[in-house]
Amino acid sequence: MKLVTAIIKPFKLDPVRSALAEVGVTGMTLTEVRGFGRQKGHTELYRGAEYHVDFLPKIKLEIAVDSDRIEDVVEAIQASAGSGRIGDGKIFVAELDSVIRIRTGERDQDAI
Amino acid sequence: MEAIIETRYALDTFYFLVCAVLVMWMAAGFTMLEAGLVRAKNTVEILTKNVSLYSVACLMYMIIGYNLMYPAEGINSIWPGVDWLLSAADNSAEAVIASDGDVYYSSLADFMFQVVFVATAMSIVSGAVAERMKLWSFLAFAVILTGVIYPVQGYWSWGGGFLDGLGYSDYAGSGIVHMAGAAAALAGVLLVGARQGRFGPDGRPRAIPGANLPLATLGTLVLWMGWFGFNGGSELAVSSVESANNVARVFVNTNAAAAAGLVAALLLARTIFGKADLTMALNGALAGLVSITAEPLAPAPVQAALIGAVGGGLVVGSILMFDKLKIDDPVGAISVHGTCGIWGVLIVLWTNADATWGGQLAGLAVIGGFVFAASLAVWAILRATVGLRVHPDDEAAGLDRVDCGMEAYPEFSPGRSD
Repeated sequence: MKLVTAIIKPFKLDPVRSALAEVGVTGMTLTEVRGFGRQKGHTELYRGAEYHVDFLPKIKLEIAVDSDRIEDVVEAIQASAGSGRIGDGKIFVAELDSVIRIRTGERDQDAI
Repeated sequence: MEAIIETRYALDTFYFLVCAVLVMWMAAGFTMLEAGLVRAKNTVEILTKNVSLYSVACLMYMIIGYNLMYPAEGINSIWPGVDWLLSAADNSAEAVIASDGDVYYSSLADFMFQVVFVATAMSIVSGAVAERMKLWSFLAFAVILTGVIYPVQGYWSWGGGFLDGLGYSDYAGSGIVHMAGAAAALAGVLLVGARQGRFGPDGRPRAIPGANLPLATLGTLVLWMGWFGFNGGSELAVSSVESANNVARVFVNTNAAAAAGLVAALLLARTIFGKADLTMALNGALAGLVSITAEPLAPAPVQAALIGAVGGGLVVGSILMFDKLKIDDPVGAISVHGTCGIWGVLIVLWTNADATWGGQLAGLAVIGGFVFAASLAVWAILRATVGLRVHPDDEAAGLDRVDCGMEAYPEFSPGRSD
C-alpha cells in the first residue's frame, strides 16, 4: 500500500477530485496549507510599497491506495492538477504499513 | 413682503441644516475609510477614536470653540477673546424682518453647520496616527484642537480676523479645515513615529495592507456624498435664483473634481506600479474634493475637473514622497488634505479674480504654520507627560485588545499572532 500526498493549487481541487473518482479512488483527506517552492513566493505592491508573500495557499490531499494502482492515481493527479505554470505543486508517494477502519476493525486492503 | 422674508429665512435655515447633516455624515465616511485601511487588529480602536473625536469636537465647539471662532466682538484681529458656552438665543421674527434680508438664517443652524467642520478637521488626524497612538492621548489632543487651535485660526479668516483683512480667499476650507487638519496630523506623526515594520532595515518602505477595502471604498463614497454639503452649504443660502444657481454649480464642480481626481490617480498608479491600486484611486477622489474646496464656485465644470485631476496626480506623488521621507501615514491623510489643500488654496488664483497671491500665500503660511506649531507643542507636552505611543508589545498585539478589550471580528481572529 502507498500513501499519496499531493500539494495542489486550490482552484484545481474539483478537477483532481473528479479525476481520482474516475480511477476508482473512494476516499481522500484534504487540508488547507500554505507553502512555497523554488519561486519562494512572490512580491506584491500596495500603495507603491512592496510586500512579500512567502507562503502561498495550497491544498494538501492525502490518499491511501493499493500499490498496484499507484501509477493510475499519480497520473490522474498530475494530469488534472497541472496548469503548466509555476506553482502547480508536488506529489509525494510513501510506503504505508497498515490501514485500519475504525468502525469495523478491517485492515489493510479491506480498509482502503 | 414679510411672508417672503420669513419663508426665505426658513428655506435658507433648512438648507443649512440639511447640509450640516451631510457634513456630519462625513464622520461616517472617515470612520469607514480608516477602518478599511488599518489592520483588523486595530479596527475597534480606530472606530472608537472616530466616534469619540466627533463627540469631543461637538462638545468642545459648544463649550468654547464656536464663540472663539465667531465672537460677538473680537478683542483684536488676532485674539478673539474668551467667551464660554454656546448661547441658545436666536433671531426674533421682528429682527429678521427689520434686517430686510441681511439676517437670513438661524444662528443655531450656523452653529450646527460649523461644528461638523471642526469634526472633519479632527477626523483627518485620526487616520494619519492610526495603529500606534494611545487612545487617550489622541482624545486629549482632540480637546485642544477642536476647542482652541482650530477656532482661533478660523477666527482669523472666516471669523473676520486679520487673514480676512489680507484678502485670503477659502470658500469652504481647503486651507482652514483640510490643510489645518493635515498640519496637526503631520506634527503628530513626526512625534509618534512610524508603525513597527513600516520601513525595513534598509530604510525601504514596506506595505502594511489594509484589512477591508470594501469598507474603505464605502467610506470614500460617503465622504464624496457628504462633500456636497461641505461645499454646497458653504454658499450659505439657496433661496434666491442667484444662490440656487451657485449651489448647483458648486455641486457640479465638486463632483467633477472628485471624478477627475479619481481617474487621474488611478491612471497614474497604473502607470507607475503596473497595477490599478484601488487605495490610490480612493485617495485620488478625496484629493480632487480637497482641491476644489477652496473655490468650488468660480470655475467652469471643465476647469473644476482639471483642478481635481491635478490634485489626484499630486496625491500619488505626495504619498510616495512621504514614504521616502519615512513619514508613516496609513491612510494618506496628510497627502490628501495637506498637499492638495495647499494646491486648492493656490489654484483659487486661476478662477477667482478677487484672490491675490499675497492673500493666498499669507493664508497658507499663517494657517499651516500656526496649526503645525501649536499642534507640535501640544503633542510634545502629551509625549513628555502621558506618552503618545503604545508599548511595542501592545502595538504587535493590536490596539483593539489593549485599549478596547474587544475585537472587531472575534470569530475570524488569528489571535495574538501577527
